[in-house]
Amino acid sequence: MAYGGYDHGSATAVTPVTVKILVAGGFGAGKTTLVGSVSEIRPLRTEETLSERSQLVDSLYGVEQKSTTTVAMDFGRITIRDDLVVYLFGTPGQRRFWFMWDDLSYGALGAVVLADERRLADCFPSIDYFERNNIPFVVAVNSFDDSQHHSLETITQALSLSGGVPVIRCDARRRTSSRDVLVALAEHAITRHHEAQFN
Amino acid sequence: MQRQGEWFDGDAGPVVRPYALTGGLTRPSGERLDLIDMVRAVRTAGRNVPLTPEQAEVLQRCPIPVPLVELAADLNLPTGVVKILVSDLRERGLVTIHRSRSVGLSDLKILQEVVDGLRRL
Repeated sequence: MAYGGYDHGSATAVTPVTVKILVAGGFGAGKTTLVGSVSEIRPLRTEETLSERSQLVDSLYGVEQKSTTTVAMDFGRITIRDDLVVYLFGTPGQRRFWFMWDDLSYGALGAVVLADERRLADCFPSIDYFERNNIPFVVAVNSFDDSQHHSLETITQALSLSGGVPVIRCDARRRTSSRDVLVALAEHAITRHHEAQFN
Repeated sequence: MQRQGEWFDGDAGPVVRPYALTGGLTRPSGERLDLIDMVRAVRTAGRNVPLTPEQAEVLQRCPIPVPLVELAADLNLPTGVVKILVSDLRERGLVTIHRSRSVGLSDLKILQEVVDGLRRL
């Protein structure tokens, strides 16, 4: 497989193809938990700069502001093969952080929107964002022990999702469950790929 | 200190002055850098060139390709700051960038490999 070699690299070193999957959702929906349960590394935390100006324009790099604050992002890694690595990014889904999503979602495979069925409205901004930007996404209802267990049909209706967006239940604490969410997303992205071919 | 406005709150982190870490540069130059682009120091990098301590650290950490986001986490610096440091190093020929693949809806083969790979986890 002819993955791009490296300009100055040794003949043996393979620079992997890297792909991004985003994990969005409201506060406490389980983003960090999901990233942590499926990542091969302890979730790492990095920060994105957030300046006042970023709120007003599509600028991500406004470090010229005298005061800049940061927003935490969790990320994890899944090495599929030496030459194919998936990075997961979990970061706040509120509308005021959309400027970050513009950068994060660039070239992304797709997104997982984590929903807590007790606070479904918290994931509306994330859903809005991915719909508007035509980014494939799935909704994963993170099932906490005391949650009400509405049917997935009811939840789908409540979220007024456009047709075909998978809504699945998960337990973000469990690796296999989190993995299944990612598989559902990647399969959905393939479906969207085929749909795009026919339109 | 600036009086706390509404533009940051508990969800946001500490107030920092990142331009202090970027040699006064305020934005990345050249082609857009992505968080998962791979950064690698060229072999002769760092010899007899003026570097800020942060740039020297970047170079030390990428003798083999390292994704930009991992550099940021390792250095405990905001990603926006690392993008500026790396773009400056790139412009000076001290690092090379291996761009990540934009998968999106475009690359069916990679999508299928991701599905198969995840299923094996």
